[in-house]
Amino acid sequence: MIEGILIGLTTALTLQNILMVMVGCFFGTIIGMLPGLGPMTAIALMIPITYGFEPATGLILMAGVYYGAVFGGSTSSILLNAPGVPGTVATSFDGYPMAQQGKAGKALAIAAWSSFAGGTLSAIYLLFMAPSLSKVSLSFRSPDYFALMILGLTAIAAFSSKGQFLKAMMMVVLGLMLASVGQDSLSDITRYTFNNMNLTDGISFVLVVMATFAMSEALTIILKRNDPTSAAKQVSLTELGSIKINKEERTKMYKTIPRSSVIGFLIGVLPGAGATIASFLAYGMERNVVSDEEKEKFGKGSVNGLSAPETANNAACSGSFVPMLTLGIPGSGTTAVMLGALLGFGVQPGPRLYMTNPEIFWSIIMSMYIGMVILLILNLPLIPYIARILAVPKNYLIPLILFFSVTGIYVMSFNNFDIYLMIGIAVVATFLRLYDFPMPPLILAFVLGGLMEENLRRSLLLSNGSWEFLWDRTLTACILATTILIVVWHIYKTFKKKN
Amino acid sequence: MNINTTKIISLLFFVFSAFYLYLAYQIQVFTFDENAPFNARTFPIYLGYAGLFFSGLKLILPDPNTIKVEHKNLEYKKTGILILIAIIYGATILKVGYFLTTSLFLFASYYFLGERRWILMFLLSFPFVAAFMYLLHGILDIYLRDPFLQSIGVMG
Repeated sequence: MIEGILIGLTTALTLQNILMVMVGCFFGTIIGMLPGLGPMTAIALMIPITYGFEPATGLILMAGVYYGAVFGGSTSSILLNAPGVPGTVATSFDGYPMAQQGKAGKALAIAAWSSFAGGTLSAIYLLFMAPSLSKVSLSFRSPDYFALMILGLTAIAAFSSKGQFLKAMMMVVLGLMLASVGQDSLSDITRYTFNNMNLTDGISFVLVVMATFAMSEALTIILKRNDPTSAAKQVSLTELGSIKINKEERTKMYKTIPRSSVIGFLIGVLPGAGATIASFLAYGMERNVVSDEEKEKFGKGSVNGLSAPETANNAACSGSFVPMLTLGIPGSGTTAVMLGALLGFGVQPGPRLYMTNPEIFWSIIMSMYIGMVILLILNLPLIPYIARILAVPKNYLIPLILFFSVTGIYVMSFNNFDIYLMIGIAVVATFLRLYDFPMPPLILAFVLGGLMEENLRRSLLLSNGSWEFLWDRTLTACILATTILIVVWHIYKTFKKKN
Repeated sequence: MNINTTKIISLLFFVFSAFYLYLAYQIQVFTFDENAPFNARTFPIYLGYAGLFFSGLKLILPDPNTIKVEHKNLEYKKTGILILIAIIYGATILKVGYFLTTSLFLFASYYFLGERRWILMFLLSFPFVAAFMYLLHGILDIYLRDPFLQSIGVMG
C-alpha cells in the first residue's frame, strides 16, 4: 500500500495535476454557486476537455470540480437560501439564519473549514479502508436501504422544532407524493400526470428546491417587509466581512467534525445513498447529541448545525468514490458521470483497479486531499467578498433570486409549464412557511421518494409481499429499532417538557 | 370566531390525501401485475393512507403551539404583483426570448419593489443579463433560446 501511496503522491503532485486541481476547484465553485448547475453539470461539461488528458489527470480535474461545486453550492445555500444541489440543503438550515444575523463571513468560514476537515478526514479513511469497505457496502440489501431511508425521514421530522413533529411528517408525506408524479420506474405507467406530457418525467429536484427554498424565501421577505416581528432586515456591509471563528465556536466544531465525518463517509460509501442522506443524518444526529441549550439554537444559526452537514457532505463525496473505484458502482449521480468518463478512458473500475492501475486509484485519493487544501486556500481569502452579496439592497436581491430560480429551471427544461409549476409550489410553500410548516423534511422526502419506492418494491417482491423483510435481517431490524427509539425518545421528551 | 389556520391547513391536507388516495386506486396497472405484491399503485396507496393518518392526527390532537399571523402587517399587494410579473415572465420567455424578457422582468420587479435609481436599475437588468447570458451561452455552451436576438441578428 505504501508503494501505491507514493505512486499516487508522485502523480498527484506534478505541476500539471496541481494546476488541474486548482482550475477544477475554481471552476467548480463558480458553477456550484449558480442555481440549477450542480456538480453533475459541471463534471459533464468537463468530459470533452478531459479526453485530451491522461486518465489520472482527467479524473483529478473532475474530482477538483466536484469538491469546488459542492463548496459553491454551500455558498448559495448560506447566502441566498438557494441550495443548487441536494447535498447542501441541510447547510441552509443554520447557514442562512446565521447570514441573516450579519454573520455571513463567519458562516462561510465555518462551512469552508468544516468542508476541509470533513474532506481531509474522509481522505484518510479512504486511504486505509477503501478496499475492505467496498465489501461491507455490498452487504447492504434493499430492506436495509429502505430502513435507512425511513430512519433519515423520521430523524429529520423528529428533530424539527418543538411541537412540529406532525407538521414535519405531513411535509414528508407531501414530498413523497410529489416524488410519485410521473412514470413508474419499472412499469413505465404514468401516475398523477393528468395527461400532461410535461409531468411524464416527474417533477425535477431543482424545481422543487428552488420553489420551496429560494423563491418562497424571496416571497416571504417581501410579504413580511412591514412586519415588526420579522427578522428580515437589510444587512450592512460592515457586518459581513469577519471570518474569525472564536474559541467557543472552534470547540463546538472540534466535537462535531469527527462524528459527522464518520457518518458522512460511511453513508457516502453505500451505493445510491450519497451526500444528501449523509448531510441530513449528520444534522439530525448532531441535534440529538448536543445540549438542550444548543438544541434550541438549531435552525436559528447554530454552529454545530452548520458544521455537521458541511462536514458530512464533503466526507460523503470522498466516500462515494469507494464503490465507484472498487466495485464500479457509482454512489451518486455525480460519480455516475465520472464512471462514464473513466470507462471512456478505457479504465475498468473494480476490485483489481488498485492493482492494475495504481497510479489512477491512488492519485485520485491523494488529489482529494490536495484538492481540499487548494479549495481552502482559494476560498478563504474570497469569503469577505463573496459575503457582500447579502449587502445588495433587498429591492435588487429579491428580483435577482427570482431570476436565478427561473433561469435554473429554464436552462433545464425549456418549457413554460415548469416555470408556472415552480411559481405555484413557491406560493403554497410561502403560505405553509407562514404557519411554521418546515420545508426541509419535504425536500429530503422528495429526494428519497424514488429510491424508497424502488427498495420497497424489491423487498416486497423478494419476500412475496410479506412485511417480514423488516425484521428478517439483523441490519434492517437494527436500523428500524433506531428509528423507533428516536420516535419514542421524541415523544418522551415532549411529554416530559409538558409536565 | 377564532379559527385555527393550522387546523384548516391540516383539513385541506386531509382532503388532498383522500383525493390522492382515490387517484392511486385509479392508476391503471397491467393485468399480470394486478395481484403482484407490488405494482405502480402500491406506494401511492401507502402514501395516501399516511397522509390521512398524519393530517387526521393533527386535526384531532390539541395544538399547543398555535401560530398567529398578523395579516394586516403582510404585504399581499406587492407580493401578488411580483408573482404576476413572474407569471408573465414565464409566459413570454420562450416566445420573446431570454434576453429581453429577463431584462424586462428584472427592471419591472425593481420598479414595483420601490426602486427609483434608474441608471442602477438599467445596469442591473440589461447589461447584467447580457453578461450572464454570455457566461451561460458563450462560455459554458448552454443553449438559450432567444427568438428576439435571432431576429435582430445578434445570435446565430
